[in-house]
Amino acid sequence: MAQGNNSIKKVLIVAFSLCIVCSVIVSTAAVALRPAQQLNQELDRKTNILNVANLYEPGMDVEEAFRTQITARVVELDTGEYTDQFNPDTFDGFEASRDPATGRTLSGDRDIAGLSRVENFATIYLIGDEENPDQIVLPIRGQGLWGRMMGFLAVEGDGNTIVSITYYDHSETPGLGAEVNNPRWQAQWEGKKIYEEEGDLSPEIHLTKGGASNQYEVDALSGATLTSNGVTNMLQFWLSEEAFALYLARFRSGTEPSDAEDTDTNFDDVEGA
Amino acid sequence: MADANAKSVLTAPIFKNNPIALQILGICSALAVTTSMSVSLVMALAVIFVTSFSSMFVSLIRNQIPSSIRIIVQMTIIASLVIVVDQILKAYAYEMSKQLSVFVGLIITNCIVMGRAEGFAMTNTPGMSFLDGIGNGLGYGFVLMVVGFFRELLGSGSVFGLTILPTVQNGGWYVPNGMMLLPPSAFFIIGLLIWVLRSVNPEQVEESEFKMKHNTKPKEAV
Repeated sequence: MAQGNNSIKKVLIVAFSLCIVCSVIVSTAAVALRPAQQLNQELDRKTNILNVANLYEPGMDVEEAFRTQITARVVELDTGEYTDQFNPDTFDGFEASRDPATGRTLSGDRDIAGLSRVENFATIYLIGDEENPDQIVLPIRGQGLWGRMMGFLAVEGDGNTIVSITYYDHSETPGLGAEVNNPRWQAQWEGKKIYEEEGDLSPEIHLTKGGASNQYEVDALSGATLTSNGVTNMLQFWLSEEAFALYLARFRSGTEPSDAEDTDTNFDDVEGA
Repeated sequence: MADANAKSVLTAPIFKNNPIALQILGICSALAVTTSMSVSLVMALAVIFVTSFSSMFVSLIRNQIPSSIRIIVQMTIIASLVIVVDQILKAYAYEMSKQLSVFVGLIITNCIVMGRAEGFAMTNTPGMSFLDGIGNGLGYGFVLMVVGFFRELLGSGSVFGLTILPTVQNGGWYVPNGMMLLPPSAFFIIGLLIWVLRSVNPEQVEESEFKMKHNTKPKEAV
């Protein structure tokens, strides 16, 4: 290494040109690959929605299935009515919660899911007929043990019976909290009820230790108490009046009481899937 | 290192001069990403790519780099390459990038990359530095795969996602070892691996810095 390399001029020249070359390379990669990345994220989201609705099969055409079977709508959470204010394909609930126009801050005791801010609108996905859907997929999120957990909850057309739950983004401990995505654990959710009485707007569903004893309880994850608490809290929040309770109430008026049989038959479907 | 030939530069770091087992570099990421073999493999490929190319680029401009800012220059090159790798993974291996998450970014702080740039590439030709980078990446990858194999097999009962030991959670008989899924278990596996490597190659054992004396006899103490 020549001594001349250490002159101030040389140092500045090297530093400058290196910065320019590197920033060009980095920004080129970022810009050129962005469309492919967004496509991946979109596909991942759609796959998760199909998955939670038990419609997903490996190797299927996700785009095609999504287009033919699923309708996305934006719901105003305060009223439980659909709104055409936003495009459901591009509306992002998490982004919306940051915006003062579409989100609100939650005060301490109401913020059970650890969200700090929540959106006033949410995108939901209807499977089957739009007026009388087979299933409704709701986005949920909340604090787990290590960080935010993002997922979907699929509810049957009666607005009260759970089909499945899945998390597409979380950072829980592998083997313990990350078992939220274990198909065997997810299968337990099938046929569970959210609300106890008709017209009730506060959800009853929760995780419990030592095995579920009724249709409002799901067996908690062993060794992952804090993740289980997080799951309970976010369900309690998102299914309460703060979020989807009013919307689901629209479907619940026609609830039939003979649900016990459904539970058993549906369980077999999941085992086979 | 001036007389380094291509073959030894490429193969020596795998067993003889392994960056993790002998130089004890890059342990942090070896603890974090080895819960499953497929993740370890992608991480190893990413590190091979970054070490080889960063060494090559550093070596290319080694005669221009002022020694006062050489570390920053190496770091900038490494960081740019890592960002490119991260972007490529997000675009073409989305599932993998989700699993690796923050650890791709942390390749920047992997001591192996930096160590090779500073220790080899600054004094060798670009071609040699490139091979040295690949060799060290392979050495790192080798350890990652071994650690990943044991952690995935004992922690999840599978290898590359294929079930070998059916676990209790899935209705089998194997009670998985939960600790294997947590980072500390990699310490034990790496420790055992270093023991094996040094038993095979006794010349890797460092000289003791001082000799232990025999136990003092009671009468000498008085």
